[in-house]
Amino acid sequence: MLALENITKAYGTVFANYNASLKVETGEIHAVVGENGAGKTTLMRIACGELRADAGHETFDDRDVTGWNVNAAIAAGVGMVHQHFMLVPTLTVAENMILGREPFFLNPRISSQAVRELSESTGLAVDADARVSDLSVGEAQRAEILKALYHGATTLILDEPTAVLTPREIEELWKVLRGLREKGGTVILITHKLDEVMAIADTVTVMRNGQTVGQFKTNEITSDDLALAMVGREIPPAFIPARRTKNGAPVLEVEDLVVEHAVDGVTFSVSPGEIFGIAGVEGNGQHELIEAIAGYRRVTSGSILRGGVPIERTTVRRRGALGIAHIPADRRRRGLVLDYTVAENLILGRERSFGRFALDRMKMAIEAQRLITAFDIRPHDPRLLARQLSGGNQQKVVVAREMAGIRDFHVLLAAQPTRGIDIGAIETIHAHFRLARSEGRSVVLVSSDLNELLALADRIAVMLRGKFVAILDRDDATMETLGRYMAGAA
Amino acid sequence: MLRIATPYLFTAAGGTIAERSGIVSLGLEGYMLAGACGAAFGSYYGGNAWSGIVWGAAGGALFAAIHALATIRYRADQIVSGIAINILAVGATRFAIRVAFGSSSNSPRVSGGASGLLEFLGLLSILGVAGLINRTRFGLRLRAAGEHPEAAATVGISVSHIRAMAVVASGILAGLGGAFLALDQHQFSDEMTAGRGFIALAAVIFGRWQPFRAGAACLLFAAAEALEINLQGTSAIPSQFVAMIPYVLTVVALAGIVGRSVPPAALGKTGH
Amino acid sequence: MKALYPVITGALIALVVGDLLILGVGQSPADVYRLLIEGTWGNPYGLAQVLYKATTLTFTGLAVALALRAGLFNIGAEAQLALGGFFAGAFGLLLPAGFPAPLAVILCIAAAATGGAIGGAIPGALNAWFGANEVITTILLNFVVLFFLNWVVTAHLHVPETVHTRALASGTVPRLSAVIPAFRGSAANAIIVLAIIAAIVTSWLVFRTRFGYELRAVGLSPDAAEAAGIIPARVRVATFTLAGALAGMGGTNFVLGYKHYYEDGFSGGAGLIGIAVALAGRTHPIGIMLAALAFATLSQGGLAIHALVPKQMADILQGVVILGIAVASRTKS
Repeated sequence: MLALENITKAYGTVFANYNASLKVETGEIHAVVGENGAGKTTLMRIACGELRADAGHETFDDRDVTGWNVNAAIAAGVGMVHQHFMLVPTLTVAENMILGREPFFLNPRISSQAVRELSESTGLAVDADARVSDLSVGEAQRAEILKALYHGATTLILDEPTAVLTPREIEELWKVLRGLREKGGTVILITHKLDEVMAIADTVTVMRNGQTVGQFKTNEITSDDLALAMVGREIPPAFIPARRTKNGAPVLEVEDLVVEHAVDGVTFSVSPGEIFGIAGVEGNGQHELIEAIAGYRRVTSGSILRGGVPIERTTVRRRGALGIAHIPADRRRRGLVLDYTVAENLILGRERSFGRFALDRMKMAIEAQRLITAFDIRPHDPRLLARQLSGGNQQKVVVAREMAGIRDFHVLLAAQPTRGIDIGAIETIHAHFRLARSEGRSVVLVSSDLNELLALADRIAVMLRGKFVAILDRDDATMETLGRYMAGAA
Repeated sequence: MLRIATPYLFTAAGGTIAERSGIVSLGLEGYMLAGACGAAFGSYYGGNAWSGIVWGAAGGALFAAIHALATIRYRADQIVSGIAINILAVGATRFAIRVAFGSSSNSPRVSGGASGLLEFLGLLSILGVAGLINRTRFGLRLRAAGEHPEAAATVGISVSHIRAMAVVASGILAGLGGAFLALDQHQFSDEMTAGRGFIALAAVIFGRWQPFRAGAACLLFAAAEALEINLQGTSAIPSQFVAMIPYVLTVVALAGIVGRSVPPAALGKTGH
Repeated sequence: MKALYPVITGALIALVVGDLLILGVGQSPADVYRLLIEGTWGNPYGLAQVLYKATTLTFTGLAVALALRAGLFNIGAEAQLALGGFFAGAFGLLLPAGFPAPLAVILCIAAAATGGAIGGAIPGALNAWFGANEVITTILLNFVVLFFLNWVVTAHLHVPETVHTRALASGTVPRLSAVIPAFRGSAANAIIVLAIIAAIVTSWLVFRTRFGYELRAVGLSPDAAEAAGIIPARVRVATFTLAGALAGMGGTNFVLGYKHYYEDGFSGGAGLIGIAVALAGRTHPIGIMLAALAFATLSQGGLAIHALVPKQMADILQGVVILGIAVASRTKS
């Protein structure tokens, strides 16, 4: 039995965990659930010894193990399977497996054999001699789980394991987890997907804002109860219908677009004044699709037309001049120069409008003030570094620049625009999307939040393994139909 | 030709270990120089080549240890530290011979010998490093540390310890390379390594961080150098151009003209 | 102010190490420091020599710093400096004796900049278009260039029994002793004005222009820059070329201002010390000039204290300072 009590962990002034507690019984499948940024991963990394809490206790099998390290945890049979795989790409599966408990002189034959035996007994099919870099995502995850089991894990912690799996692979994973439970093992599952929790877990602990808000048995509650606990309020699927004046030539046309290893022939067009949503489990090519339309990912074949002009071979800058704006999925890496000030970030990509040689600082200051006010970017100081802002305000900087900055747009490509940010910022951004639509501008919205899509989009496409498997009108789109298409079951 | 190649072989072997663990080794030149100086001192005060060899290895190890301390414990930038080590080594060796022997450029003549043994050991070092990296527990952890240190940490491996050992090992080996130089020439002179540490690093890169290929590159470079010496005065190719060969070849290799050159993924990234 | 912390730490470490070495050879630090000051800032000749050395270091420091701002390590300042000096010298040899002086000087400086620019463009292009790591390519090319220049001079252009070319008839630059008689005998010359101008212009370029904005963006967040429409490869090549030009102009200090001919090996490690100058100066032009003065003082001072302590101590301290700064500025990973 694993228990965490009053765990607190802070990074600077931000509390990743605050007085969080968790009690997991042996032999159960226990889900830890919460929105992105709720602190689930941090808590579990403390549990398995990778991180040290600032305060709080941990007990394992009635032993006080507070502050233990990874080696002690592994020795006790607690192993973690990370969201971002901890496998060395240039080594084989077997070599990764034995890392940490190798004999002095390596014997590849013996280690391969051991891996193969374990693979068979657990039902996790993986090629022991394959290089990790050659594995598919599903295979790599199986290898990662196998690694934890090889190290003797009887308590397995999995961090968002289904994010990159196909529906069939998810079913296989459930089989493996149930098998482990049968043999007396314990499974802790970190996830933000409520349907998974209801499908596989016996017990669920809900986390919100770094704190644990409740523990429930899954056969005693409904997923609505869970959703309420996760966000602390009702989620109104409020859809404000667009004025149906979709006249005029399409502002964006994509035909048979192929992007290597990600997009396998996608065709769609967007009309003026339309919000076109793209739903799908992350990792099915949505981000690559957006990056290809934005201009910084190579297109293998196919065409992209912006207002009738082919742009699939033009530069990012040219596409911007033709009216394409872009909110990247990774705001910290792609959307902002974190070490630039807010004012400098607000002109990123548009710096040529502020001077050919010398930059017009007065003009920059005016622009910064205008956008900070319009989007209520806090703190209201253009000289702060973007790094110093909260996630929500950072995102507002990107949105302000792309939607209301000096360069006008006809089509906005928005990838996960509201991921990991607070309610207030979400509402601001949604309001601006609706405003754009009413002004005749269009938005291509990629989101893994079905509620967001159902609230905003006029049409919703479902992307699965690089293709659009459906394009539905809003009237025809429900949670269930979308879910079925996303799972490949429709 | 083996005589020319031996310093390269030792140093490239050491460089391979350190770089595969993820630590940029620009300081090989400095370790080598320190090794040469140490060997001269050791041989002078100890009276024979053996103490020279020991002190040579120690000299290289010392400067490597400084690099390891700065970059691993204190997270200093590895490139800057490497350059600083080289400058430091030049200064420290000059200072040492000035204080000990009153000269600004040479040590007195010291006894050499053991050349044959060292040449053999030089070749052996490549073999040994290859075996170490590919066939031992330490080598597997080393490779993990250089490619994906986070993964290594999650199975409880101390990446810092591995890297520190790798860097000090590179210092010992490069020190031996420098020791050979000094014992072979029977003295230490100012900046006597003359860029050989960089040629060894070039061999490592040219050999795509694999010990046997790096060793082959060392032999290739040494062959060119030997050829030039033999043809001196009679050759149509000026000596400076022959001297350029190792460097030009490596630049060409880096430009991917002879296939992509992929360094260890975590090379140069401080962080674990 | 927080940015100065690593420099102060580096300087303090060097001070401590220096004191230990001085005591180790049986001298008193106070005596040595006094002699150091007297030999450098304490007398006109010493001061002028410091200014002379600082001039070259300012150029190489700027060359390294500019590249650093774009996220690149320019270890090739040594080769770029040498190429610059060579081009200035070679071009100057082509000019006849009566050529109008101001124009000759400007043309020679331009030639120097061109030579250095070539030295920067090659690793820049290799990095931008082939992904070749610029640290290694610049180190390797340093050797290639220096060997090449050695061959050119010793095989073709040298005055017999020397390693330098004939003296320039046109394009030379007056010594500072022409206006400041107290500086008589020192190498300090009017190129120091060019160094100051270069620092000011570089500062303006990096912090006040659109190009500088894009340059710094590529250095800080190349992915964000790319998504915004900046093409990192182009910025990197342009930056490295400019950096090379800066280092190249440094060559005029020796060739046009001091000896009035090109001499093989004149660069003498100034390119490498330029790295130290760039780091100590926090890649800021004003800091760079101050750091250049500091390192020049150390170098000149080393000669001055030779009576008490081996001048090689200055070499050690140079390395210690760089290491100290590197240790104190933890890299954020």
